[in-house]
Amino acid sequence: MTDKNTSPLVKPAKSGLLSVLFDNKVIVLFIILCTACTLIADTSVSYIAAEVFTRFGRNTCLVLALIVPCLAGLGMNFGIVVGAIAAQIAIFWIVHWGFTGIEGFLLCVLMCTPLAIFFGWLLGKLYNNTKGAEMVAGLVLAFFADGVYRLFVLYIIGGVIPYDDPNLLPRGFGLRNAFDLTGNIKYALDDVSFLVTLRLLFIVTILGELINLIYQKKTKGKFDQRASLVKIIGAAVLLAVSFLIGNLPIVQSVVGGTRLRLTDALCIGAVVAVIYLVAKLLIDRRAGREVNVKKTVLLCALCVAVYAATYINAIYQITQAVQLPALTYAIIVLFCMFNNWILGTKLGQEMRTVGQSRAVAVSAGVNVDKTRIIATCISTVLAAWGQLIFLQNLGTFNTVQQQSNVGLYAVAAILVGGANVQKATNKQAVIGVILFHTLFVVAPLAATEIVGDSAISEYIRMFISYGVITVSLAMHAWKSVKSRHSSGKPGKSDPEVAVIEAEAN
Amino acid sequence: MSDFKKTLDKIGIPRLIIFLFFSFIVFLAYVNNLNVTSYIGSVLKYWGMWGVLVLAMVPSINCGVGPNFGVSLGIVCGLLGTLLVIEFDVAGAINASMPGWGSWISMFISMLISAFLAWFVGVGYGKILNSVKGSEMTVTTYIGYSVIYLMCILWFRAPFSSGEIMWPLGGKGVRNQVSMESSFGQLLNNAGGFYIGGESGVFVPTGILVFFFLMCFIVFVFFKTKTGKAISAAGENPQFARASGINVDKMRINGVAISTMLGAVGIIVYTQGFGFLQAYTAPLAMGFQCVASVLIGGATTSKARISHVIIGTFLFQGLILMTPPVSNYLLAGTDISDTVRQIIQNGVIVYALTKVKRGVSSD
Repeated sequence: MTDKNTSPLVKPAKSGLLSVLFDNKVIVLFIILCTACTLIADTSVSYIAAEVFTRFGRNTCLVLALIVPCLAGLGMNFGIVVGAIAAQIAIFWIVHWGFTGIEGFLLCVLMCTPLAIFFGWLLGKLYNNTKGAEMVAGLVLAFFADGVYRLFVLYIIGGVIPYDDPNLLPRGFGLRNAFDLTGNIKYALDDVSFLVTLRLLFIVTILGELINLIYQKKTKGKFDQRASLVKIIGAAVLLAVSFLIGNLPIVQSVVGGTRLRLTDALCIGAVVAVIYLVAKLLIDRRAGREVNVKKTVLLCALCVAVYAATYINAIYQITQAVQLPALTYAIIVLFCMFNNWILGTKLGQEMRTVGQSRAVAVSAGVNVDKTRIIATCISTVLAAWGQLIFLQNLGTFNTVQQQSNVGLYAVAAILVGGANVQKATNKQAVIGVILFHTLFVVAPLAATEIVGDSAISEYIRMFISYGVITVSLAMHAWKSVKSRHSSGKPGKSDPEVAVIEAEAN
Repeated sequence: MSDFKKTLDKIGIPRLIIFLFFSFIVFLAYVNNLNVTSYIGSVLKYWGMWGVLVLAMVPSINCGVGPNFGVSLGIVCGLLGTLLVIEFDVAGAINASMPGWGSWISMFISMLISAFLAWFVGVGYGKILNSVKGSEMTVTTYIGYSVIYLMCILWFRAPFSSGEIMWPLGGKGVRNQVSMESSFGQLLNNAGGFYIGGESGVFVPTGILVFFFLMCFIVFVFFKTKTGKAISAAGENPQFARASGINVDKMRINGVAISTMLGAVGIIVYTQGFGFLQAYTAPLAMGFQCVASVLIGGATTSKARISHVIIGTFLFQGLILMTPPVSNYLLAGTDISDTVRQIIQNGVIVYALTKVKRGVSSD
């Protein structure tokens, strides 16, 4: 918001709308691209919407893993590949031991977390040794880790570490190329019903608030104790209600299934949003804080409008075609909340300080190296969980290569959302995933329509991903060089260069 | 002890490991009586094939830009030049009037066209790199990747009409592997090539090695000239260079442009040795291999010599090519060499990145 407000001051010639568009030029460009491709592609919008929502559920957690290290000054963490590797190693063993369903999935989480912390620690050590070149170091390290992982999967499993499974190890060592998760942890998370998800969310809220309460008291961070208690009690009441009415047939018919239709989700979302907005307004007014009634009314009207839009037949068809896995989406929300929470704590403040300036952080008594390692560990663990979510939705994966492009797609997505090397937010991650993956879905369709051949689409996808990253990183580097010149060395200006050029000629 | 540590630091742990690993592989091959003569021949061949590409790292490192991960820019120029020569059947046209000279002249024409293209591309590329000082390595890597995929899209629809270039079915765009038979495939390899120890012995590809060393010599001489010295000075100490009247930015552009030109010539040498022109994603990892080779040879991200290129390419290619027979023998029919290449190549680059001297301003 601040960006939008300040830029008219800098460029007074522009009107408000234009400057908003200019500030979000990457997003605008992608919206135009996506729309154009959708118009060209001869496919139903329902199909595209369903695809995009599926991909959103799969990929968002991986992208959210990039936010913490970005704010800690590590740039785009291409090293999240090592987190994905940790997740895949965990899956090999949990599936091998015969665990299935949500139980197997939770065991995977349990097993991959320490692995991811260890990998993240190593990665953090590397980043501390390559300060200023973290991004290229992370990138090359991802390739290096790929090689070590390949060695592990193809030669060490079964060769050195016993792994007795003739189905998966046809030669006695080296896993087969495709790893099938059907029948064990495929859809383990997606298949949890909305009702159970709600109960889990209430429990998580209670536990999370309790932990926050204890943690903030210990570190003396600033927080609202009363609001925290209200949240705990509210969640407990809702939990009790969910158990009381959970078995009623009418409740079961709406929220008892494994997938939630987008139509129902929009309805529930609109109601919850309106209640939340009104409640917040009332609470703020009672507490004597500044309130913006106009904004609340507008937002409420927007919610109603969104709900009303589902009665338009074309939109109704689309919303009926999209089915959301409740728990996966809930976890995306939890990831966002976690990012916000951690950045609000004392540790998060230290990370931001390190990200702003290491020199300032050192003089403020922050242990820079340790903070950076913690940020990397958090990112790696989130990436490992994100990869688990990705794989349980995908159902079958390439044992050797599945993790290779994780970093590339995640970074490209968040950059499309408007993030840069120094600043990234949850909102940018979410917008970026939607736009990037919409383009991923529609660009090949449009290419097929224009060129008449779908083989070219893979190249287009890769070019878009790499192109976005190249332009974004180059723009950022260019800006920082410019700011260095304008602030640091006023003496080295164009006249001097001109003189030297004249001498050389 | 400190002496030992100093020496170790100077050699570098990964270089030591790689050298020991290489010796170990050769030792294993010798002990197990594996027939390695044919592999020695291919090591010599690949040494020459990769040599010029790796040589392209020297100007970019010495001018202060660092290892040129984006050598792919030069590579696509080289591929384009070669494809043009094949498209217009230059070799055939020349052979009609001067029998026997077609391959040679067509090769030099393709080198000239490519180098000419690469110079312009390199100057633009150098200008971009001048505006991103301090983040050159990240930017070069991604420019390299983007260009390869951009060219993939173009190759796919390029309006070539030669039957050798087009897809056999569909008839449009460049095929995956274009045969160099009619133009200059294997030309340098076979020129003056001879066997040591009879027909089953080691084949020495004289032509390609001579060409490689000639290019090394040219670059070596170039760095002794005034311009060459100015480029090195601009890379070594920009402030001092500027004070002594050198246009640092211009020298950096020169260095990058020369690197891109060497990349273009390098891929032509590689392609003729390989016998097939591989467009599309084949050159994707070449930048990384070149960087790793020169680093194995003893270069750092800020200083490289010709000797580093010669030693590094030999060690790296030797390692990659000697691993398959040994691993095949020990691990019963598996080829571990690609995995080994991936680990060594990227491990060496990561190590070099941790050794970058900080505090020295790049501007």
